Amino acid sequence: MKSSHWSKLSVVLLLAVFPIIVPSDYYRHIFIMALMWVVIGSSWNLLAGYTGQISFGHAAFFGVGAYTAGLCVTKLHISAWWGMLLAGPVSMLVAFLIGCVCFRLRGPYFNLATLAIAEIFRLTAIVWRDLTDGMQGILIMRTFRNKAYYYYLALILAAACIYAIYRVMRSKWGYYFVAIREDQDAAESMGISAFRYKTFSLLISSFFTGLAGAFYMNYMGFIDPEVVFSLYFISIMAILVAIIGGAGTIWGPAVGAFIMVLLQETFRSSFFGIFPKWVSEAHALAFGLLVIFVIRYMTNGIVGDWVKVQRLWSKNKEQPLASTGS
Amino acid sequence: MDVFIQTLVSGILIGGIYALVGLGMTLIMGVMRIINLAHGQLMMVAMYITFVLYEFLHIDPYFSLLVSMPALFLVGVLIQKYLLNPLLRIESIIPQNQILMTVGVAMVLTEVMRFIFHSDYKSVKTPYSSAVLYISSIAFNFPMLIAFGIAMILTAGLFFFLLKTDTGKSVRATAQNKDAALLLGVNAEWITQLTYGLGAALAAAAGTLLLPIYYLYPDVGGQFTLKAFVITVLGGLGSTVGAIMGGLVLGVAESLGATYISMALKDAVGMVIFVLVLVFMPGGLKTLTKV
Repeated sequence: MKSSHWSKLSVVLLLAVFPIIVPSDYYRHIFIMALMWVVIGSSWNLLAGYTGQISFGHAAFFGVGAYTAGLCVTKLHISAWWGMLLAGPVSMLVAFLIGCVCFRLRGPYFNLATLAIAEIFRLTAIVWRDLTDGMQGILIMRTFRNKAYYYYLALILAAACIYAIYRVMRSKWGYYFVAIREDQDAAESMGISAFRYKTFSLLISSFFTGLAGAFYMNYMGFIDPEVVFSLYFISIMAILVAIIGGAGTIWGPAVGAFIMVLLQETFRSSFFGIFPKWVSEAHALAFGLLVIFVIRYMTNGIVGDWVKVQRLWSKNKEQPLASTGS
Repeated sequence: MDVFIQTLVSGILIGGIYALVGLGMTLIMGVMRIINLAHGQLMMVAMYITFVLYEFLHIDPYFSLLVSMPALFLVGVLIQKYLLNPLLRIESIIPQNQILMTVGVAMVLTEVMRFIFHSDYKSVKTPYSSAVLYISSIAFNFPMLIAFGIAMILTAGLFFFLLKTDTGKSVRATAQNKDAALLLGVNAEWITQLTYGLGAALAAAAGTLLLPIYYLYPDVGGQFTLKAFVITVLGGLGSTVGAIMGGLVLGVAESLGATYISMALKDAVGMVIFVLVLVFMPGGLKTLTKV
């Protein structure tokens, strides 16, 4: 227990000084994206991993957050940073309405309903040109040239998200969430209002996803509906990130996010130029194969099945294996 | 009035193909109780098979049904055998593990195709691709008509298989009650593989039939996965008759939406119907017919 505490602390410290040691904008960008995915993956995990409601529509909250920030500039003519304040509440409002519809459903029906609603958001954002400028997207000026500022913002966001989820899961709510995941009918017969606590879980989850969206707008400076409301690049990625790391664990999605971003980037750069160019085209393929492997052999993710990984490691100790992650 | 009838006709014609997509999905849903989120991607693979056969061997798309369907049947059986069935024996935190696996499969299929063929748009231009048949003033697109015909034949074949053959009866028995079927000597493991294979083969047929009138790129699968589950839910999860009706309803609703609302909102029409059905009629159309 002690040693794992130390390893976690050292990881956090390493992340805190990262932009100071590494001045390269390229690596900073990769880590900023990874931290953003930590936020999205962790908040998806609160709703799905802990509360058992597998959402295929987190792109709706991400997109709403991003568009809240973007519309601050184009419609309200104020800084996109106000979006960081507004995105959370706006996403929660949207989430509440979605929850009212979707929480009437269970199991596969719930999965499909969230997916469909996120698609409706995407199509609406494309068609409603007066508000969103449609496929033209929203382009804003970035505030800082130095990526270190964005890096620290992302780091704070990720830390706040993980800490909030950690606190929630330690509180009475957390136990209610898990009770609903394990057996909704049993939980209800014990007097837990499933609808109310699922909604609470969804609200917290959407708050952070919306914040991540607003951050994305501020950081990238450009959004369009196909990017921020994307089923495959946001909703499904959020699921895969959490699944790879381990759904229902605090650190799982964070580990998954870093694995996803680093793996994709390693392939995209053809292993930093060592391998021939065509390898770079397999970056998404490599991640897909990893997903299949993890679901098949480490069902609870890398963190969730860490004991299994360790056992495997101690069995072939003669092979030197670098142990990464916390 | 002509516009309305024309819209209806093209909606029904495309609806026939949608029905084929939905049938495969609903079979899998009925027997395995999972949503197959790789359905459109299986279809996309079949489209690439057809494309390759046409481009390099100059085989007519309709004849390549004989290749694409068995090929996808095999792919389906292998996916079920080595990726989905083993998950049943594993305890996990998230119950819908198999659904997530189909997401992974979908991703890998798309990326493999992107790796081989790149993201360019491809299409198969046959001499009859734009042939049109006129009945009074209503135009029937010729390839659509053939596709609709073949789709109906395949559907009839599937019903014959499910209703009249022993294996088909085993499939239905497994769908109704897996444990009871197991007790009565049905090899449920093989039935699930067969069902996934059949579902994949039906998706393959739909893909191949669509190719002469559609275009092809690796991400095309995603939109058909969406359509497939809209159809399935519309018809009622697990209902074959419902899937056919769902396919026709979606086809007509989309083409009405495209004509009378806007081309861009065509896909949104399906989604809105979908959410309404989920909320107000969760059993789908099958609750109306009791089939």
